[in-house]
Amino acid sequence: MVYNAPAMIITKKKDFEEILFAIGDTRSLFLLGCGDCATLCKTGGEPELKEMSQKLVAKGIAVTGTAVVPAACHELDTKRVLRKHKDEVDKAQAVLALICGAGVQSVGDNTDKPAYSGCDSLFIGNSKRQLHYYEKCSACGECVLNDTAGLCPETRCPKSLLNGPCGGAVGGKCEVNSENLCVWIDIYNRLKKAGKLENLLLKISAPKDNSGLAKPQKLELKREPGR
Amino acid sequence: MAKSFRDSLEAGFTITAEIPPPKSVSFPKSIEVAKKVAGKVAGLNVTDNQRGMMRMSSMAFSHILLGVGCDPVWQICCRDRNRLALQSDLLGASALGIKNVCVMTGDYPTLGDNPGAKAVYDLDAVQLMKLTDGFSNGKDIRGGVMKNHPDFFVGGVVNPFYEPIELELLKLQKKVNAGAKFFQTQPFFDIESVDTFLEQAKPSGAKMLIGVTPIKSMKMLKFLNENVLTKPIPDGVSKRIEFASDQMMEGLKISAEFINGIRDRVDGAHIMPINQVASLPLLLDMVEEGNGA
Ligand code: SF4
Ligand code: SF4
Repeated sequence: MVYNAPAMIITKKKDFEEILFAIGDTRSLFLLGCGDCATLCKTGGEPELKEMSQKLVAKGIAVTGTAVVPAACHELDTKRVLRKHKDEVDKAQAVLALICGAGVQSVGDNTDKPAYSGCDSLFIGNSKRQLHYYEKCSACGECVLNDTAGLCPETRCPKSLLNGPCGGAVGGKCEVNSENLCVWIDIYNRLKKAGKLENLLLKISAPKDNSGLAKPQKLELKREPGR
Repeated sequence: MAKSFRDSLEAGFTITAEIPPPKSVSFPKSIEVAKKVAGKVAGLNVTDNQRGMMRMSSMAFSHILLGVGCDPVWQICCRDRNRLALQSDLLGASALGIKNVCVMTGDYPTLGDNPGAKAVYDLDAVQLMKLTDGFSNGKDIRGGVMKNHPDFFVGGVVNPFYEPIELELLKLQKKVNAGAKFFQTQPFFDIESVDTFLEQAKPSGAKMLIGVTPIKSMKMLKFLNENVLTKPIPDGVSKRIEFASDQMMEGLKISAEFINGIRDRVDGAHIMPINQVASLPLLLDMVEEGNGA
């Protein structure tokens, strides 16, 4: 298999006990996974659905069927899969989705059954190799990478500082997590190499404008004629 | 009240010290110390939930110190408040008579006693300095005219042992460009390092108050060396503490000598008496007696 390593929504499994508590007295479930991010994170692919089925059955909870949506954030995909498995979904009291939070809501918005979440969603992750994920962008709405030598201080500095480092780095490591390099020292090194240190010195970055970032955001593009 | 912190710094060598607000609503010991040192330090820094440890509001405690004759240097960090709250506090503090603000980023909440707190950092230290400086020049955050505006003396902190130092010096310059007029540093333990740093920081033109921390015991010395300082405490100092019959007194003596030793070289000294605020009056007496001078 060619290893496919895209940026994606990183998830981790919820504790089984927490899931049992959430579903309460539900006695039958239909299980859904996602063929994209949750499969790669090993939280909601075929093997995890199988494992979850076994655990539920051992607790006396019936599993009426399982399916993997190709990409659960694609709502039409989710709807199509739910329709295809209509009989099994109908037989269940609820759906348990081993998918990111966006996917769980795709499910919930396209069925009358309650949709429970089996995962915690963590961040948008880059992967360097399988099962190693790193947060490098947090979709802040005003990308500053052009000023910061291509390294994101919004995400890779825990304080999201835009005007240079705090004084806390020790030995080049971040004061918050000594496993990480201080991103501002990295930015400094890159800018220095490129002879662009004045970017850091002269320009005082203005406070971020959060006014356009009220949640929930949406983007609805118009199709251009002829395309 | 004696000369203000700002006037003192204009006039010559100036001593400031740091006092943490209490974690209670009754604090007779802190007040006793504040009253004793009121005429001896030009300014008393009031920390703002330092290291993420919850304490009384630094603005409230600054106001209390004003009431006992001190000129507070109100520390304000970016960790806990968004820009609305920061601006409200700036107006409130000014109306309460607070004149000096020392702006800093603030340690991340996970380092303190409320590790689950949401980290705000809506503004960073540079942006907050610029905002405060703007207020002091009658400009609001959007550059509009502000009538009956505050008049703050704005400063910040600098870490002379930061590596790479060039980056810290760039940030220092940026803070000066944003309106900071004075800086208080991390503690020094030898005069040679002070000279090196002053030379490096000279182009910024800012007033420098050199950090001083009295060593209370060998235990504290080891702790500082292992956990806090990037440059270890010089051997000469360690030896003196190690072989002293009274380590705490020796530590105070070393600090007094150090302060008197840098008098002619720099704008001032800033005493950070970690866990020994009660010794502050004694240390200041020793400085006045001219220890080591
Ligand atoms: S600045 Fe950082 S968080 Fe914002 S869009 Fe660019 S990479 Fe993403
Ligand atoms: S050490 Fe660097 S990365 Fe960490 S919080 Fe400070 S500036 Fe940000």
